Amino acid sequence: MNTAAPTFSAVEDQPLSLEERRPTGPRELLIEHPRILVGLALLLLLVLLAVLAPLIAPHDPIAVDADHARLPPGPGHLFGTDELGRDVFSRVLWGGRISLPVAFVAVGVGLTVGGLTGLVAAYRGGATDLLLMRLIDGILAFPALILAIALVAALGPSLRNAMIAIGVVQIPVYARLTRAQVLQIKSLDFVTAARALGASPARIIGRHMLPNLLNPLIVQVSLSAAAAMLAEATLSFLGLSAPPPTPDWGFMINSGQSFLINGDWWMTLGPGLAICLAVFGFNWLGDALRDALDPRLRT
Amino acid sequence: MVEYIVRRLALMVPTAFLVTVGVFMLIHLIPGDPATVILAESYTPEAAARIHQDLGLDRPLPQQYAIYMGKLAHGDLGVSVRNRLPVTQAIGERLPATLELGAAALLWSLMVAIPLGAIAALRRGRALDVIASGLTVAGISVPNFVVGILLILLFGLVLRVLPVGGFAAFTDSPPDNLSRLIMPALALGTFGAASNMRFTRSSMIEVLSHDYIRTARAKGAGWWRVVRGHALKNALIPVVTIVGLQIGAILEGALVTETVFSWPGVGKLAVESIFSKDFPVVQGIVLMAALSYMVANLLVDLAYAWLDPRISYS
Repeated sequence: MNTAAPTFSAVEDQPLSLEERRPTGPRELLIEHPRILVGLALLLLLVLLAVLAPLIAPHDPIAVDADHARLPPGPGHLFGTDELGRDVFSRVLWGGRISLPVAFVAVGVGLTVGGLTGLVAAYRGGATDLLLMRLIDGILAFPALILAIALVAALGPSLRNAMIAIGVVQIPVYARLTRAQVLQIKSLDFVTAARALGASPARIIGRHMLPNLLNPLIVQVSLSAAAAMLAEATLSFLGLSAPPPTPDWGFMINSGQSFLINGDWWMTLGPGLAICLAVFGFNWLGDALRDALDPRLRT
Repeated sequence: MVEYIVRRLALMVPTAFLVTVGVFMLIHLIPGDPATVILAESYTPEAAARIHQDLGLDRPLPQQYAIYMGKLAHGDLGVSVRNRLPVTQAIGERLPATLELGAAALLWSLMVAIPLGAIAALRRGRALDVIASGLTVAGISVPNFVVGILLILLFGLVLRVLPVGGFAAFTDSPPDNLSRLIMPALALGTFGAASNMRFTRSSMIEVLSHDYIRTARAKGAGWWRVVRGHALKNALIPVVTIVGLQIGAILEGALVTETVFSWPGVGKLAVESIFSKDFPVVQGIVLMAALSYMVANLLVDLAYAWLDPRISYS
């Protein structure tokens, strides 16, 4: 970047521009913004627990054991047992293998479809832009969770359909974000220069636009993973995701709720904690990344 | 302003059209014959034929849509396949409970969010701000059914001060109605309280950095007067947007909160209808939710234009 001394001394006193202060590599980023590390560590821990569940879970998550039903937390069962005598702790560990991938797949669907929609709309402009963005407005007109629930209700409750439904409601945010960014970048000099030099659209998008799109998209991925986790938890709480006896955090809370009245609080506590930690982790990471990568939005 | 309203209304037309297409198509997303899914074990060819006729499924798709729109224009959302009740009546009976719950949730979320957000902004970077900001991230991270269950545990089972669920009409017994309202309203409003607080805080910080605040201070106005008379008033403009958008969040949250607390509102009706495969009712509720969300967004835009004279109407 050109940092040659400006002619006016008043300008010299000004702090460096945001561009110049922005850390360059991932290491500098983490050192300057330790909050990112906290969020990453929490999420990594949850992912590790889910991945290692078959090795570290003390019990079979779906093995029914009527003799040990509704036991409070104790040495044998860290989070107690549920109404069928299944170990709640093991089910929470295994549940991460259901709930976390749903969020990842849903975000992947939203990012891919929404990102491409926004890219095409902004790049082509004109009637294509108008048509695509009206479709996006149509999706946005529905409250997101209600649309997701309605889609699952029609397609039939299953894990796959929950992923599709949550993915569909994620599309608009990516489409709008990508479109706005591409429109802005498209008019910048370096893109005009690349085009004048004869670069193909694929090269312009790949080499010049994508790197500039990355930062806002990374922030959005983290924030919408939190939203997707919440949506998955809600769908499964309502019984619209993986069918029983699959250990699924939301549905575990649903079935545990009927035993609250007897004072059996532990059946809901473990899965509730897991959902909150996962959503909190994504929200925290998203917030920290936004502060680090997009100083204009810092508040 | 009139021109702006007309233009904004005109923009709603294509979106409303897409919404009706979306809601109409919902029943056609069902894999296979919807009648088989709706009837499940009680399937007979006669019953299936009746459902086909009721829902108009035996006609070509564009004609079905035309009939759907024709009925919609007359306020007819069809009849429930379970109890043959008009969908509008089924929703209408449940609406007051949801409106009461939603209003209470919105009220408590604003009562917490605005003062706390403003204080956090005024004490930016200090302990109180850090705690409040941490609480807001936590508040948007806890699903409302988890909040609901924690409230039931605390107030219903440990302290035993509030009933754990159910509903009593306000007209029958106001104290009973209100005591049953507290927990669901708290659960439903938590997300809104947290997100409103975030917005009040950031909006207030932005306003406080403006020159007119410094001018007012320089002219000798007291700190409190500046905050109340100059800063807060302007800081609340963006909050209006968020409150409007929360109408959507309240509709979504009502589904879960009403289920947790057995609150007989539209949200609970939606969940019941999904499980009894009562698609006309599900469609009616989704349509109602989308339209009220659109109207809320419209009102937000209008309020925004009215509150902030810098926004041009043209």
